[in-house]
Amino acid sequence: MTTAERFAAVVVGAGPAGLTGAVRLAAAGVRTALVDAGPRPGGQFWRHAEDAAAARGQHDHRMVRRLLDDLAAHRATGMIDYRPGREVHLITGAPGERRLELRPTAAAGPARPEPVIAERLLLCPGGHDRQLPLPGWDLPGVVAAGGAQALLKGQRTLVGRRVIVAGTGPFLLPVAVGLAGAGATVVGVCEANDPGRWLRSAAAVAGVPGKLVEGAGYLAGLARHRIPYRSRTIVGELRGDDRVRSVRLDRLDRAGNRSDTGIAELDVDTVALGWGFTPSLELIMMVGAETGLGADGSLITEVDDRQRTSQPDVYVAGEATGVGGAALSRAEGELAALSLLGDLGRTAPGAGRLGRRIRRLRAFAAAMHRAHPVPAGWPDWCTPDTLLCRCEEVTLAEAEQATRELAARSARQLKLFTRCGMGWCQGRICGPNVAALAAARTGRPVTADDLRGMAKRTLAVPVPLAELAALAAEDRP
Amino acid sequence: MVEPSSVIKVDGTDVPAGPDQTVAAALIAAGIVWWRRTRRYGRPRGLFCGIGACFDCLVRVDGGPPVRACLTPARDGMIIDTDRGDEGSL
Repeated sequence: MTTAERFAAVVVGAGPAGLTGAVRLAAAGVRTALVDAGPRPGGQFWRHAEDAAAARGQHDHRMVRRLLDDLAAHRATGMIDYRPGREVHLITGAPGERRLELRPTAAAGPARPEPVIAERLLLCPGGHDRQLPLPGWDLPGVVAAGGAQALLKGQRTLVGRRVIVAGTGPFLLPVAVGLAGAGATVVGVCEANDPGRWLRSAAAVAGVPGKLVEGAGYLAGLARHRIPYRSRTIVGELRGDDRVRSVRLDRLDRAGNRSDTGIAELDVDTVALGWGFTPSLELIMMVGAETGLGADGSLITEVDDRQRTSQPDVYVAGEATGVGGAALSRAEGELAALSLLGDLGRTAPGAGRLGRRIRRLRAFAAAMHRAHPVPAGWPDWCTPDTLLCRCEEVTLAEAEQATRELAARSARQLKLFTRCGMGWCQGRICGPNVAALAAARTGRPVTADDLRGMAKRTLAVPVPLAELAALAAEDRP
Repeated sequence: MVEPSSVIKVDGTDVPAGPDQTVAAALIAAGIVWWRRTRRYGRPRGLFCGIGACFDCLVRVDGGPPVRACLTPARDGMIIDTDRGDEGSL
């Protein structure tokens, strides 16, 4: 039997939340395993943080540098057992005795079992780009805004030479400015919503003044690179043959419905699409923690004001409790660590201050979600051939037919009747959209159950049968 | 943008790769935007989400099963087989 090493705390995810939490725990003398899918710490937010030259462009880089130094120090003393390049594919066991099965990220071939036992678990899995179907969105050269950023910041690679950045949300700005700064021609930023919506949440914005400075910096970057910014505009059609070659822009009215088709046609070789982010919940659901609808309508982890979930041994911090950015993730990661220490009988100061900071940052995140909602009218922008599920290549027409003729009433039924969500990505990309369509065609709002039906996964990542057989063959207690 | 430090073989052809590039990044930097065809309609796919969530970017590495190119660091001498079919390699 593979001996599973036991830890007082296991942290999954080395982004802002997990890194902060693990360092805080180690500093208090709690021996912690830190498991991360990536080869370097920092998650999606902090890429190449170890490289001072690359990091200079990043806000907070001094603080990130300090965290990385702390990580190195705790690794040296053995208080942090850092496991990079590993994905957790399965979590089993009772609270206080959770067994996590690790395997090398995207391993080519069956890997040796690598289990760890967690007395307490801090899950910080982050999120991924939210996507909407658009005519032609499955053409090569069409990427997620987060993907364009991952290539640029982490791998010094330009995703394309002539790019349009489209969708909704503040993240479009750093992506556009970053690509332009690296030499791409950014032909425009298309924001589906109206930036004026921020004015409705002036108090929340004022609560986090640093964000205004950050925003102003990106607007200056747009001006410097002469990138046209269009609000209430979408990419209505992506055209091309074996790759995207041009886009048609459409205008939306104040209600989010298409008012003008074809206000511009632009030649591009790349389209970066981003509609905000959505939490990655498979591990959280695996351990039985409760989920619910978040401020932005996505499925989030339910946590109390100390980052505790409904499971007594599990804490969650970061985007998985509700998308809110790196600063909020850091604060939640630290609070989760304090909470865990408190549950171990060790009081540690700072919870009150952190709680206030988290409330302010959550208020800002809520304002951001109100200003940049995912437009509900997307089915009307699509053609019958537009793919709803990329993996299984299910068209919108097929899904609509299932709601009409087969009376699919829920996301789960739509999945069973059409195969949406049954492909490689297991519903990560199409899940929220399948849920939205099922609800819309049944004349009701999306429920958490709709989203859960598309989010629950038996295994978090694909695993070769030989590895699973090896698990089953072990003499497990 | 980046100094190549290694060479991977993609469908038999050499492709340079930088020290921090994944296989997906190396392909894109070489001007290859698609490297797989879908099962149902045979449509070309390459990188989409870029962070390991969508599984569009699958390649075979050193004769193994399909894996996400966007999460596979490019290593010198790696043998990559794609699904470009009759198109040939580059």
